[in-house]
Amino acid sequence: MRDFGYLRATDVETALHAITAEPEARFLGGGTNLVDLMRAGVESPGTLIDITALPLTGIEETPDGGLRVGALVRNSHLAAHPLVRARYPMLAQAILSGASGQLRNMATVGGNLLQRTRCPYFYDGAARCGKREPGAGCDAIGGLSREHAVLGVGDACIAVHPSDMAVALVALDAVVEARSTRGTRRIPLTGFHTAPGTTPHVENVLAADELITAIELPPSPVAAASGYRKVRDRASYAFALVSVAAAIEVRDGVVARVRLALGGVATRPWRAYEAERSLLGARATEAAFRTAAAAELAAAVVTPDNAFKVELAERTIVATLRDLTRAKDTA
Amino acid sequence: MVEIKLRVNGAETALDLEPRESLLDVLRERMGLTGTKKGCDQGACGACTVLADGERINSCLALAVQYAGREITTIEGVAAGDRPHPLQTAFVRHDGLQCGYCTPGQVCSALGMLAEHAAGMPSAVTADVSAESVPLTDAEIRERMSGNLCRCGAYNGIVAAIRETAEGARR
Repeated sequence: MRDFGYLRATDVETALHAITAEPEARFLGGGTNLVDLMRAGVESPGTLIDITALPLTGIEETPDGGLRVGALVRNSHLAAHPLVRARYPMLAQAILSGASGQLRNMATVGGNLLQRTRCPYFYDGAARCGKREPGAGCDAIGGLSREHAVLGVGDACIAVHPSDMAVALVALDAVVEARSTRGTRRIPLTGFHTAPGTTPHVENVLAADELITAIELPPSPVAAASGYRKVRDRASYAFALVSVAAAIEVRDGVVARVRLALGGVATRPWRAYEAERSLLGARATEAAFRTAAAAELAAAVVTPDNAFKVELAERTIVATLRDLTRAKDTA
Repeated sequence: MVEIKLRVNGAETALDLEPRESLLDVLRERMGLTGTKKGCDQGACGACTVLADGERINSCLALAVQYAGREITTIEGVAAGDRPHPLQTAFVRHDGLQCGYCTPGQVCSALGMLAEHAAGMPSAVTADVSAESVPLTDAEIRERMSGNLCRCGAYNGIVAAIRETAEGARR
């Protein structure tokens, strides 16, 4: 690993001024992704600004009944919080289905949103990767692409966004609060991660000098009965082939509210708007779930290796919605 | 170089470190605490698991400078003097190891995991994540320990040792 400078910031202002003064600097949170990428030579910041001592570790209820989560809350602490478990079970489940107990204790909420793809060509310095080297092309396209994306892909990149937590958060309409020396802004998470287009190295709308300070969850009555289902190659401690975050409210047999998002199949945490549109107002039947899932996956662009993900995603959407509506019936 | 004080197993050590040195390398190479093992060095195997303020972490992905002021516990700090921790005794009794390379990480991870469970934390196999407490079934133990690989395949013994220790702690 290339050597670098180290600065431990104890207040937000200091951290923001430090990143403004040093364009080669990066913020260091839990380090579970950044340290690994530095060791692999993919990232090589000149300075790390350690932000883990910043007072951004609170989880507080907002006046409107939502939740405000400090950016440095550890993933495990968010999943264990009683209000998250009671009001947003899909979020607790999504976090708990990701990584391992050790990594969840280290990883921060802000860092989870910024984690980079696990595409092997991104990690392999001998491969062409436009995410690692702007304009370099992509060896995953035409290469081994079984785990790659089928939604939101472009000619320059088909890498999957690896987060589980972010899938639940886009379904919940979370808002990212970001600060820089220029001020504070609020970014809806559904517009936070960007499509690869011709610039796959740009992954979100955050500026280089901006720090995520909090995530806000709006109140969401439908989320109280929600779930996260993850399909992967082994039962635990693996990235998703397909994952589904869903919340659904059925009134008189008709879908009154629904939230649906997909992981493991897209270049960014994927809010399934097409499926939601198809479901709203429809009778809550398995046939309607199937129609909605097909509507979402209609836009899929596949490779011979990952074409199976379309059927797998459709079936997983149907199974997740079926489980949630069955649980409701018996309640 | 950065000067830090690291608290490991109750004793404080002053160190002059490069920021890029991992906690794992500092424990092993500078402090001579070679109980903590280096497996994958990328957070995938759990052999390097230690406790930071009682919470389990992968010391290979931890930069040592970040852990100044935290209370680190390694496998060397688990026993009470000559008396092994009950979990260590249970690992021996249930053959929770063959080659032993993953064992320090397994033991530290299990101690952290049992504390998480005692605090009411659910897991990915918990049917109702909003429940206040979760029965520690074998399925729960396996899921919660999935961050620790054992290439000898001593998993059945590991699960038995952890289950017995958890039951003993409740009695």
